[in-house]
Amino acid sequence: MAEVAASSRQRSKIAPYLMVLPALVYLGVFFVVPFFTLARTSLSETSGSVFLPTLTFAWDFGNYTQAFSEYREPILRSFGYAFVATVLCLLMAFPLAYVIAFKAGRFKNLILGLVILPFFVTFLIRTLAWKTILADEGWVVSALGTVGLLPEEGRLLSTSWAVIGGLTYNWIIFMILPLYVSLEKIDPRLLEASKDLYSSATRSFRKVILPLAMPGVLAGSMLVFIPSVGDFINADYLGSTQTTMIGNVIQKQFLVVKDYPAAAALSLVLMLIILGGVLLYTRALGTEDLV
Amino acid sequence: MTTQAGAAVATAAAQPPHPKKVRARRNWGDGVLRLVAGLVLLFLFLPIFVIILFSFNKPLGKFNYAWQGFTFENWADPFKYPALTDALLLSLNVAAVSTAIALVLGTLVAIALVRQRWRGHRAVDTFLILPLTAPEVVIGAALLTLFLDFGWAAGYTTILIAHIAFEVSFIAMTVRARVRGFDWTLEDASLDLGAGPARTFFRVTLPLIVPGIVAAAMLSFALSLDDFIITYFVSGSTVTYPLYVNAAVKAAVPPQINVLATAILGASLLLLAVGTLWRRKRFEG
Repeated sequence: MAEVAASSRQRSKIAPYLMVLPALVYLGVFFVVPFFTLARTSLSETSGSVFLPTLTFAWDFGNYTQAFSEYREPILRSFGYAFVATVLCLLMAFPLAYVIAFKAGRFKNLILGLVILPFFVTFLIRTLAWKTILADEGWVVSALGTVGLLPEEGRLLSTSWAVIGGLTYNWIIFMILPLYVSLEKIDPRLLEASKDLYSSATRSFRKVILPLAMPGVLAGSMLVFIPSVGDFINADYLGSTQTTMIGNVIQKQFLVVKDYPAAAALSLVLMLIILGGVLLYTRALGTEDLV
Repeated sequence: MTTQAGAAVATAAAQPPHPKKVRARRNWGDGVLRLVAGLVLLFLFLPIFVIILFSFNKPLGKFNYAWQGFTFENWADPFKYPALTDALLLSLNVAAVSTAIALVLGTLVAIALVRQRWRGHRAVDTFLILPLTAPEVVIGAALLTLFLDFGWAAGYTTILIAHIAFEVSFIAMTVRARVRGFDWTLEDASLDLGAGPARTFFRVTLPLIVPGIVAAAMLSFALSLDDFIITYFVSGSTVTYPLYVNAAVKAAVPPQINVLATAILGASLLLLAVGTLWRRKRFEG
């Protein structure tokens, strides 16, 4: 790691360990241990009343097969929605990040500030505002109806597209910022060189900009995909019973139905899939572009 | 914002923007690009306009979803619903206390990671990224099973514990990104000149890293204030600001929700402007 400054003095060997100890102990107890209790719960059997179930550890892998067979649709739907939302974020964020990095001139900081500003309003209230915008009696629906893009009696709210749109909106900032960071690092002279060597604009984009922006694209995609796949608010506020995602199921099983083992099994599966992806990513690219 | 959000914001903020000069003739492709960027910016702001507009609405029923008429009544009485005000105050309390604790834990890790190389620093680095990449619904669920196992009643303390857990990594990463590339030999100079370790820390190390710490603290505070999903799992019957909003969606949405959201947005904007001016004055003369 280049950023570790060479020091003339031999530093204390135990100091760094003492410094990271409190945080590691804390995260050990309140981040790692919870995953053990989650795993234990996922292998337990429930008995007793529905309101206050008693859990007994039993190596019951049946919870996993049950969770998979019963909730196959929400699982697949979550990954599908999250994928489409990630692609939409990428398509929308790229032009904006590009303009901020290369064309904004002295307005660069102002536009960056404007991009971040909406996210100072609570996530729930922003999603709620989309409910108003997409409402059946709202102007968006009537405008689309007039142009003929939406059939008579057509709806936007309670559709898959409303949920995907909500996911896209809520997490597009995690795509814009990493993209901006990697585009900002590109030396403009490279673009001039490619132009001087008679490369067309599209070719410059494909051969110069895109490869150099790749760390931002990958970091952004991960930062959008992960919260999208686990979200339940967008499906709850903007969707219907036909758009249930894995987060809705986990939330409902844990907090309403109180079927802890099934919910724990589902959470753990979701976590393991994502953990696999994250470790692959950090193996290949390190943690620097992420944070 | 979610935990992932904060990370992205922190990185972008850490980039020193330098002006770019690209030899570019304006062509229509350029125009289209700017237009698309403008439309995306508009898309980001559309719900914000709606939120501000509907803070002046005069809703007929329980829900503030359809435009009925203009009024200043909601702004004249922003604290009309004590439950909403209490929830907001509780959220501010949780955000302040959890950030203060997480700041100590996270900053120590950040300094240890940047200042020198040691056995296992890479492993700690990867470990710290995990809380930022785990889906919130899973973190919430896992913490809930822990508290059930311990037999702890969900409430203020469990909310605090959960918030500190996701803030520590985030603060460590933000401070690390900000203090990367500092000249740590300044500490040696201080020690060589006879200052003790404590004096060196307070007079040399701390002033160097303070801007990074302030940025991390502000973002951590915002994350805590906005967290819904994790809090939802560990809150029991305690109601924070986002939890109040969620309950309102199921029962009745008063326009005061929009009023307070707009006020928070305005306050953030003011803070951002003051911060920018202060930085400009301090670093650019």
